[in-house]
Amino acid sequence: MKIHEYQAKEILKKFNIPIQEGYAIENSGDIDSTIKKVQSDFNCEAVIVKAQIHAGGRGKGGGVKYCPTFKDAQGAANTILGMNLITHQTGPEGKMVNKILITEALDIEKEYYFAITFDRSKNSDVFIVSSEGGVDIEQVAENNPDQIIKAWIDDSPNALENAVKKIILSLSLQKFENVEQMFKDLYKCYIESDCSLLEINPLVSTTSNQIIALDAKVDIDSNALFRHPEIAAYHDKSEEDPLELKAAEYGLNYIKLDGNVGCMVNGAGLAMATMDIVKHCGGEPANFLDVGGAANVETIKNGFKIILSDKNVKSILINIFGGIVRCDRVANGVIQAVKELDLDVVVVVRLQGTNAKLAKKILDESDIELISAETINEAATKAVEMIK
Amino acid sequence: MSILLNKNTNILVQGITGSEGSFHAEQMMEYGSKVVCGVTPGKGGHTATINKLPVFNSINEAKKEFQIDATVIFVPPRFAAKAIIEAIEASVQLIVCISEGIPARDMVTVKNMLDKSSSTLIGPNCPGLITAEESKIGITPGFICKKGSVGILSRSGTLTYEAIDQVVNVGLGITTAVGIGGDPVIGSSMIDILKHFENDDDTKGIVMIGEIGGNMENDAARWVKDNLNKPVVSFIAGQTAPKGKRMGHAGAIISEGSETAEAKIKILKECGISVANTVSEIGITMKTLIG
Repeated sequence: MKIHEYQAKEILKKFNIPIQEGYAIENSGDIDSTIKKVQSDFNCEAVIVKAQIHAGGRGKGGGVKYCPTFKDAQGAANTILGMNLITHQTGPEGKMVNKILITEALDIEKEYYFAITFDRSKNSDVFIVSSEGGVDIEQVAENNPDQIIKAWIDDSPNALENAVKKIILSLSLQKFENVEQMFKDLYKCYIESDCSLLEINPLVSTTSNQIIALDAKVDIDSNALFRHPEIAAYHDKSEEDPLELKAAEYGLNYIKLDGNVGCMVNGAGLAMATMDIVKHCGGEPANFLDVGGAANVETIKNGFKIILSDKNVKSILINIFGGIVRCDRVANGVIQAVKELDLDVVVVVRLQGTNAKLAKKILDESDIELISAETINEAATKAVEMIK
Repeated sequence: MSILLNKNTNILVQGITGSEGSFHAEQMMEYGSKVVCGVTPGKGGHTATINKLPVFNSINEAKKEFQIDATVIFVPPRFAAKAIIEAIEASVQLIVCISEGIPARDMVTVKNMLDKSSSTLIGPNCPGLITAEESKIGITPGFICKKGSVGILSRSGTLTYEAIDQVVNVGLGITTAVGIGGDPVIGSSMIDILKHFENDDDTKGIVMIGEIGGNMENDAARWVKDNLNKPVVSFIAGQTAPKGKRMGHAGAIISEGSETAEAKIKILKECGISVANTVSEIGITMKTLIG
């Protein structure tokens, strides 16, 4: 689960990580008082106004502004709050800014990149740091791979100690007080909060010789949220695609794409493979949809509702491998769902597995307009051809 | 011959009194699996209603009365890591975890313990494994399998079934099919399973199904090139998956360039592996290699 910068900073603060302080607001009526409060609480004239959206590249998109005076801050806050922010991560449609964070401005000496994540191939956590902070780390990785230092934390004794020493040396941070403890606390925060990613870009040194987290991006393992009700409460539904949210309520796994061939499949791998074959046959998949193991009338009906909420969809390809669930039952489920929902798009059905032949007979003999197919290839071809 | 599992494997079911556990224990026995007993903490001394199997409070209790070769875990995700650890500590040789949604942190702990033990873990978030016409552990539909010469390993459940079905339909049949699981941290990697297939004389060819996310397919491809003397057909799902989106499986997310389907397909081909263009062509591609 993704969370906002201001929420990530709240978590960091609990682990004693020095952060750039500030307050988040969502009502424009609170702008003036909040700027004044930041100025007085953190003893500064200049402030930063930062859009709070779940996407990177906010600065380049105009969502982060340095404001030397109260008046500048007022202007920036009123512009950014409610703006449609477009960054390289939001896609061309952009994202509405519903919240802003107003923070103190710091006198920065140098910017660093810092992250902790899990390295799947080594089955261990890894610190990733760079003295090229504040910029897109993917670009650094591409242009200056030597500037990225990794230190793995496996389960051997002293692994954390050694990794921390390595990153302090590589970033030449020895002169800063308590920096070793801070990196250990960051790791503690990462572990104890079940983070899948903890990224601080930039981590800065200030002219007053402090190390401070200027930004924070934290992703939490959704499977571990039951252990963290306070973090689960950070979930911001306005950041998510409404259809994806609706699907989640139905217990379906749906991701919207840009094409016009809707896909309804059981199993995540087969769902991806079905999207791929639609593309292979010259079409464009409209979505990823995994209806799960129990493909019954209810899940199929809900699947139809979700897919058809996307007005681009011209045909729907149903691809179910009936294992424990028998195909004849799935076929009857599809027929019932189509009847009840009174569909007006092309529906192509391919059922394979237990009782597949019986299922095809049921589909072929039904009085509703369905196209049945035996192989995925045939099904995808038909779903694409029928709408050309 | 087969890998990991045969008709003589004594199987215990953890979470046998739950609805999933009892249903699939019955399905497994119907297929011929030698399920001998179950474990549900706090329910020891009872018998599981459907199969009249004895239920114990712990694996160690069960081991006093039965020889246990393998265990299958149908336990809610928040308790599943604990169940795996219990099985490792009881020295069960083969542990199969079906549960989906285990916190990654828990699995890192499990994996570190596993590396220091002699147990093999398949999963989590997997359909389990099946040795055709002998035994199955997990939820793979048995009727689609016929004995033959192809070994199958896959990160995805329904794609495992799809591959089995195609391989059977082209007349080849399977030895053992293993669903290794769709999570970022899993017990057995592709290479671990490939090693078993390499050592199995009846397995003449191998189908290896991967997807976006992680680098396991890339590591496996290089291993195949250097070590394996059997033909491999691969398929990678997710060519149309957008970057940064989690596609159903917790592990199916592209976070760097080498984790895309395109990158994986390129590496697989460079390592001499036949890659099926679409999911429909898995069986027929294998047929051209060993048929």
